[in-house]
Amino acid sequence: MNKMEKALHELGEMDELAARSSPIHELNATAKLLSTVVYIVTVVSFPKYALSALVPLLLWPVLLFQVSGIPVRVCFYKLRIVLPLVMAVGLFNPFFDRAPLLQLGPVAVSGGVVSMLTLMLKGVLCLMASFLLMATTPIDSLCASLRRLHVPKMLVTLLLLTYRYVGVMTEELAVMTDAYHLRAPGQKGIHVSAWGSFLGQLLLRSMDRAQELYASMLLRGYHEHFHYAPVKPFTARDGAYLVGSAALFLLLRFVDLAQLLGSLFVR
Amino acid sequence: MIEFQNVSFSYEKERPVLREVSFRIETGEAVGLIGANGAGKSTVMKLLLGLLSGEGKILIDGTEVKKENLKEIRRKLGFVLQNSDNQMFMPTVYEDMMFAPLNYMLTREEAEARVDAVLKELGLTELKHRHNHRISGGEKRMAAIATILAMEPEAVLMDEPTSALDPYNRRVVINTIRSLRQTKLITSHDLDMILDTCDRVILLSGGRVAADGPAEVILRDKALLEAHRMELPLCLQTRK
Ligand SMILES: Nc1ncnc2c1ncn2[C@@H]1O[C@H](COP(=O)(O)OP(=O)(O)OP(=O)(O)O)[C@@H](O)[C@H]1O
Ligand SMILES: [Mg+2]
Repeated sequence: MNKMEKALHELGEMDELAARSSPIHELNATAKLLSTVVYIVTVVSFPKYALSALVPLLLWPVLLFQVSGIPVRVCFYKLRIVLPLVMAVGLFNPFFDRAPLLQLGPVAVSGGVVSMLTLMLKGVLCLMASFLLMATTPIDSLCASLRRLHVPKMLVTLLLLTYRYVGVMTEELAVMTDAYHLRAPGQKGIHVSAWGSFLGQLLLRSMDRAQELYASMLLRGYHEHFHYAPVKPFTARDGAYLVGSAALFLLLRFVDLAQLLGSLFVR
Repeated sequence: MIEFQNVSFSYEKERPVLREVSFRIETGEAVGLIGANGAGKSTVMKLLLGLLSGEGKILIDGTEVKKENLKEIRRKLGFVLQNSDNQMFMPTVYEDMMFAPLNYMLTREEAEARVDAVLKELGLTELKHRHNHRISGGEKRMAAIATILAMEPEAVLMDEPTSALDPYNRRVVINTIRSLRQTKLITSHDLDMILDTCDRVILLSGGRVAADGPAEVILRDKALLEAHRMELPLCLQTRK
């Protein structure tokens, strides 16, 4: 199995993760979606130096990992490509914001460092939350619930096709790299001279395939109402999950748990 | 009933693929569409489904294939693509088979009953909950055929249904095709299969219908087939 096929397998595994069963998987997709949105909004809304207040929000993803049985390892493994990007966002803050913010013994920590760490943590939390949503909800159910929330058809179809397109593209890439290496034995990577045509071919081929795939959906009666997606009814349990989790996020947003605990012990 | 009236089509302007093609397939007929590589067989299928549009008229049960009617027309046609990888897009075989029936507003129970019946008929019950990216090319082809049969279409279009299949599954597909009561239009280079499943054959060559008649006659005509870059079905070739 070459690298690309492995990547493809990983993508397939997302489907498989979503097809598992656990109390979280059993929940209604809309409830999970909304709860995730509230979580992300809460995380993003923290002020830029609120590192310690943000830390308790880690509790939620940790809890979800536990209950859903999705291994944390898988999450970080799958997000290993985007994670550094998200982490890099705040990288320059320490250079701009040098005013010391707090004193840890002899070390003065500048505002820039704290805001960088806060931004990184925000990024990681949001990624984990989105990953958990995807890993516990089949993409089609997610689309169905987006439609139910009146998200425009175009956007939802776009999301669905992007998800599938990534699969098609990795598959084509796997076939093409294999074909290339069979004819260029002993060569590492793809020679620069072939990059242009390789990329062009990749795009054309995957576009052709994606088009045929979409045609195949249309031919089998696809329309943006997602009747085919397994939808779990919205029950009292889902309501409780949504309200409960949202209340927890708001609580963590306005009550600084870390400080509260700190003040209990250090007195 | 499928009717082509003087249909012409080209992907690139200078290179016409079909030129004034006309034929008529009656309800319940089983027709084999044959021709060398690049003769335009897949193109005929795609025109029929409204995935491409050309000049001339294509009628399905008297309804013209054009944008306004596509929904109604596609409801009636089940199309097995030449490349099954592009046909199967849901995570599992089961979900793929449920896709069309549910879109056509069957209840889950009804759809599931249909799916089980088709799987049983094709002897694929074991594949039901397998993941599409973990089954072999031939298994995927069988599953693709199953997804189409689960639609219960009025006419079945199959583009190379037996390529990639082992002899056993090829036989299963042939028997399945024979047992279908629907109108059938099948393209293949497997002329033995065409001979086994179709009463009539249309031969495409140079963008035109080069021959149209009973399978028994056309597929036995060595000179005709060879003139269009084909050979007699293996079962009719006499060994030296
Ligand atoms: N997307 C396209 N763009 C340009 N030309 C195309 C395209 N698709 C097919 N063609 C050309 O149109 C002609 C007919 O193609 P088509 O796929 O219908 O052939 P076919 O009879 O199905 O062949 P095969 O037996 O190989 O499946 C071929 O010459 C092919 O090169
Ligand atoms: Mg073809």
